[in-house]
Amino acid sequence: MTLDLLILAAADGFSYAGLLFLVSLGLTLIFGVQGILNVAHGSLYAFGGYTAATLAIWATEKQAPTWVLLAALVAAALLVGVVLGGILEIGLLRRVQDKDPVLQLLVTFAAFLIFEDLQRLIWGVSPYSSTEVVSRMGNLDLFGITYTVYQLLLIPAVALAVYLGLLYALRRTRLGKQIVAVTHNREVATALGINAKKIGLITFIAGAFLGALGGAMAAPTTSLVPGVGTDMIVLSFSVVATAGLGQITGAFITALLIGMARSLAVYTAPELEVAVPYLIMVAVLLVRPNGLFTVAQARRI
Amino acid sequence: MARLYDIRVMTVLGSLLCLILGLAFPWSKTPIIVGLCFGIATLGVAAMVRAGQVSFGHAMYACIAGYTVAFLARAWPQLDGLLLILAGVGASLLAGAIVGVFVVRYRGIFFGMLNLAISMVLFSVIGKFYTLTGGTDGLRINRPTLLGFEFERAGFETVLLIGTLAAAIGLGFLVQRYFQSASGEALAGIKTNETRLEYLGLSARRVLWNGYFFSAGLVGLSGALFAMVQGLVTPDMGSWLRSGEFVFIAILGGSGHAIGAFLGAAVFELVKLFAAAYMTGVWQLLLGVTLIFVILVAPEGIIGLLMKKSALATRRGG
Amino acid sequence: MKGISRRNWISRVGAIAAGVSLLFSVSAFAQGAKPAELKIGITTFTSGPASVFGVPAKAAAEQWIEETNAAGGINGVKITPVFIDEGLGGDKLLTEYRRVVQEQGVKLMLSAISSGNCNIIAPVAEDLKVLNVMWDCGTEKVLEDRRFKYVVRTQANAVTEMVATVVYLLKTKPDFKTIAVVNQDYAWGRDSWEIFRNTLLALKPDVKVVAELFPKFGAPDFSTEISRLQALKPDVILSTSWGGDLDTFVRQAGQRGLFKTSQFVLPLAESSAERLGSALPEGVIIGGRGDHYFLHPEYKNDAKHKAFVEKFRAKTKSYPIYPVYHMVAALQAVSDAHGKAIKANKGQWPTTEQLADAMHGLDFKGLTRPVHIREDGQGLEDQLLGMTKNQPGYAFPVMENMMLIPADLVTTPVGLKSPEWVKTVKPELLKNDRIKVFK
Repeated sequence: MTLDLLILAAADGFSYAGLLFLVSLGLTLIFGVQGILNVAHGSLYAFGGYTAATLAIWATEKQAPTWVLLAALVAAALLVGVVLGGILEIGLLRRVQDKDPVLQLLVTFAAFLIFEDLQRLIWGVSPYSSTEVVSRMGNLDLFGITYTVYQLLLIPAVALAVYLGLLYALRRTRLGKQIVAVTHNREVATALGINAKKIGLITFIAGAFLGALGGAMAAPTTSLVPGVGTDMIVLSFSVVATAGLGQITGAFITALLIGMARSLAVYTAPELEVAVPYLIMVAVLLVRPNGLFTVAQARRI
Repeated sequence: MARLYDIRVMTVLGSLLCLILGLAFPWSKTPIIVGLCFGIATLGVAAMVRAGQVSFGHAMYACIAGYTVAFLARAWPQLDGLLLILAGVGASLLAGAIVGVFVVRYRGIFFGMLNLAISMVLFSVIGKFYTLTGGTDGLRINRPTLLGFEFERAGFETVLLIGTLAAAIGLGFLVQRYFQSASGEALAGIKTNETRLEYLGLSARRVLWNGYFFSAGLVGLSGALFAMVQGLVTPDMGSWLRSGEFVFIAILGGSGHAIGAFLGAAVFELVKLFAAAYMTGVWQLLLGVTLIFVILVAPEGIIGLLMKKSALATRRGG
Repeated sequence: MKGISRRNWISRVGAIAAGVSLLFSVSAFAQGAKPAELKIGITTFTSGPASVFGVPAKAAAEQWIEETNAAGGINGVKITPVFIDEGLGGDKLLTEYRRVVQEQGVKLMLSAISSGNCNIIAPVAEDLKVLNVMWDCGTEKVLEDRRFKYVVRTQANAVTEMVATVVYLLKTKPDFKTIAVVNQDYAWGRDSWEIFRNTLLALKPDVKVVAELFPKFGAPDFSTEISRLQALKPDVILSTSWGGDLDTFVRQAGQRGLFKTSQFVLPLAESSAERLGSALPEGVIIGGRGDHYFLHPEYKNDAKHKAFVEKFRAKTKSYPIYPVYHMVAALQAVSDAHGKAIKANKGQWPTTEQLADAMHGLDFKGLTRPVHIREDGQGLEDQLLGMTKNQPGYAFPVMENMMLIPADLVTTPVGLKSPEWVKTVKPELLKNDRIKVFK
C-alpha cells in the first residue's frame, strides 16, 4: 500500500464517511435518548433526498443563486425532520413506549415499510435528481485527478461542523445538558424536573433532521430511486453498533474508518467492497461486545 | 382444556384447507408451500423471540440451506430431493452451531446486530462471487427425484405440499413440546430473569445456544423447501429484509403457542397475495399497517388474541 | 363450554375459507372455437428500479391494444390485457403468473423484462403448455441451453447487442489501446461484459483491459470508481448499466470531466438520454438494444411509426424508448402469428400448440425493420447505434453517425453456443457491406 493510494482513497472516503456520519449520528442520538433503534431512519434519509431534489429542481428553474440551492437542501432536511419526525414520535413511538423493546423495533420496521410505498406514490419510480449545485461549485484537481468541490470539501465540512456543533450543544447548552441527563437515566432526570417527554420529542426531531440531512446532501450527487433508504439504514446500523450505541465521537471515527476502508477496497479488492462495513462490524463486536467506544457497564438485573 | 382442543381443531381444519385449496387450484400450491415455509422459519425465530432476542439475520440459515441444495443438485443431479433437503438442514445446523457459540454471549440490540452483520457478510459475498454463485440472479435447481420417483411439475408440487404440511404439523407439535419442557422454560427464562436462571445452576449461554441451534435448523429446513419449490435460490433469501419478515410474522402470529407462527404466515401470505392481485404497488404499506394494528391492538399477536377470547368464553361458562 | 368455543372456531375457519376462495375465482374456457375475447398476460415492472422500462412499456401495450381493438382486434377478437408486476420478486411473480394461466385460463403470456425472470418463467411455461413470448429480456442462455416448444423471443439477445456494439466501436474509433468497464453487478452486467470482451479480443487482440469494476446494483455513488478511472486513463470506458445507476454514473463522471479524457460506450443510454438531458455530453456512443429509435434513419418519416411516436408522446410526455418498441414488436408478432396459424388451420381459431408453431419461423414488422424468428425461437432484430449530438428542437442529445447492423451477422448461429462462437468472429465482419452507415 503506497501513500498515494491512501491519499486517493481518503479523498473519496471522506465524502462518503461524511454522509454516513450524518445519518448514523441521527440514529445514535435517538437511541441514546429513546432507547429505540429506528429502522424508519432509512426512510427519513430517502425522504430528505427526494424533498431536497424537488426543492432544488424548482429553485434551479427559478435561476436561484448557489446559496439558495444550498439553503434548499437544509430546508428540505428541516421540513422532513420536523414533519415526519414529529409524526413518527407523537403518532407512533409514544404509544409503544412502555411495550417490549422488540415491539418498539418492529413498529419502526412497519413505519419503514409504509414509508417505502408512500415515497413511491409521491415521487414515482423514475430516477430523480438535481445536480445543478454540484456543477456550480466547480472542480478541484488533486494529483491529476479531478474532484468536485461539493464532494471533496463541502460534505466533509458539513459533517465536521455538525459534529463539533453537537458536541458544543450537548456540553454547553441547557437543552444539551438535559438531553445528556435523560440519556444517562430517564427516571432520575424526570425526578430532577426535566420534561423527558419534551426532550424525547426534540431529540427525535433532531435525529430525524440529521438522517434527512444525509439524504439531502447526497441528493445532488446521485439519482434517487426506490429503495435508496434500505441500504443506508443497514450501513448506519453497522456504524452505530460498531461504535457502540449512543457514542457520538465513536460514530464519527467509525464512519471515517468504514468510509476509508470502503474506498481502499475499490482500489485493492473490489470484490470485498460491499462486505467491508459488515466485516469490520463482526470483527469489532467479537472483540468488544458492546462496540468500540462503550465503557463496560454492570449488567442490569 | 378448551384451548388445546381449539388448537387441534384449528390444525386439522387448517391442514384440510391447505390440501383442498392446493388440489382444487393447482396454482395455489406454491403460495401455500411458501406460506408453510415461512411458518416453519418463523417457528425458529419465535423460539428466539421467546428468549427475548430478536435476530435480524436469521434468514441467512435459509440461504445457507438453499445454496447447499443448489450446489449439491448441480454437482450430482441424481441426488434425491429428500437427501438434498436433509443436507441443506445439516449445513444450516452446522453453521448455526458455530455462529451460535459467538452470538449467545450477546443480548438485545447487539444480539440482533451481530446476526445482522454476519448475514450481511454472507449476503454480499454470495452476491459478489458471480462465477460460483450466479450473483444476485442466483442458481437454478432442476427438479430432482423425490424418494426415488420422478415427477412432473404437478405431481412434484403435490408431494412437496403434503411433505411440507406434514413437516409443519410435526415440527409445530415438537416446538410446542419444547416450549413447555424444562429447557424451553429455561429459554423463556432468559427473557424474564437471566440471573435467576444461573442461580438454578443452568448456563444461560448453553440454554440460548440450544435454542439458537434448533432455530437455525428450522429456518434452514424452510430455506431448503423454498429452494425446491421455487427451483431457484437467490441471495435475497438471506437479506435482512427477509429476516425482518420472519420477525414480523413471529410478532404477528404471537409466540404464545407454536401455531402462532403458521397463523402469522397465513395472514402475511394472504395480505401479499391480495395486494399482488388487487393493489399492486402498495403491498408494503398494507403489511406495515397490519403490523402496527396488531402491535397496538394485540401485542401478543393473533394467538394471544384468540387465547384471550377463548379464555373469556371459558370463564363465562357458556 | 366446549360447545361455544368449538362453534366459534368452526365458523371462524369457515369465514377464512370463504375469504380465501374469493381470491380464487374459476373461469372456464373453450378450445377450438373463436373465443369471445383474447386475454394476453403481460409481465412488466411497475415497481422497483426496472420500472423505468416497465412503465413506458405498459403505456405502449395499452396504446397498441386500444388501437388494435378499435380496428376490430385480432381476426375480430378483442384483446384484454392482464398485467403482472415483475417487481414483486421471483417467487411472487411465479405465483401470479400461474394464477393468471391456471385460474383465468390465459394461454398467451408476454414475459419478461428481467433475464432472471425469463430464466424462472421459461421452463414453467413449457410445463404449463402456454405460449410465452419473451419480449425484453436479454439473456441468450435461455434458448441456447434448451429447445423450447412454447417459448420464443421477439427481439435480439445480449450477443447480438454486444457484438454489434463492438462492431460500431471498431468501425468508428479503431485506434484505442486500453479499455475499462463499469457494469452493474448482476447477470446482465457480468454476461454482457463477458460477450463484449471476448468479441473485442477476437477482433482486436492487442487491446488491454485495465479495469473491470462491478459496483453493486443500485449503487448510489461511483466517486471512488471514477477516481480510479481518472488515475488509469483508459482510452475507452464501457458501461452496459441502465436506469438510476447509469444516470448517476454519467452525472458524476460528467461533473468530474471523465468524458473529456475517455471515449464512453453506453449501449443502453438511449433509454436514459431524455432524463439526463444536457448531463449526457456529445460524442458518446449509445444504443438501445435493437434498431428502434424515434429518429430511426429509415423510419423516422414512416407514417405508422410517426403516428405512434406522436400519440405516445401526447400520452406520456416522453419520447418512446426501446422497451416501448419491444412491447409493440411482441404484440405485433403475436397478432401476425394468429393470422398465420388461422390460415394454416383453414380459417379455424388455432390451438396454443398451433400458435406456438406459427411463432417459429415467423416474419413480422413492428414499428421499425422487420424481424425474423428462427427455428430455435430466437428473434433476429437488427441493431442501431450512434453517437450523441445536440440538435435544435431537442432538450437532450440525439444520435448522429448512425449505423444499422443486420442481426444475422452478429448473432450466434442456431445450435452453437455463444461463449465459443464469439471467440471465432473474424475481422472481415467489420467490412461487410450490409452494415449501413448514415452520415
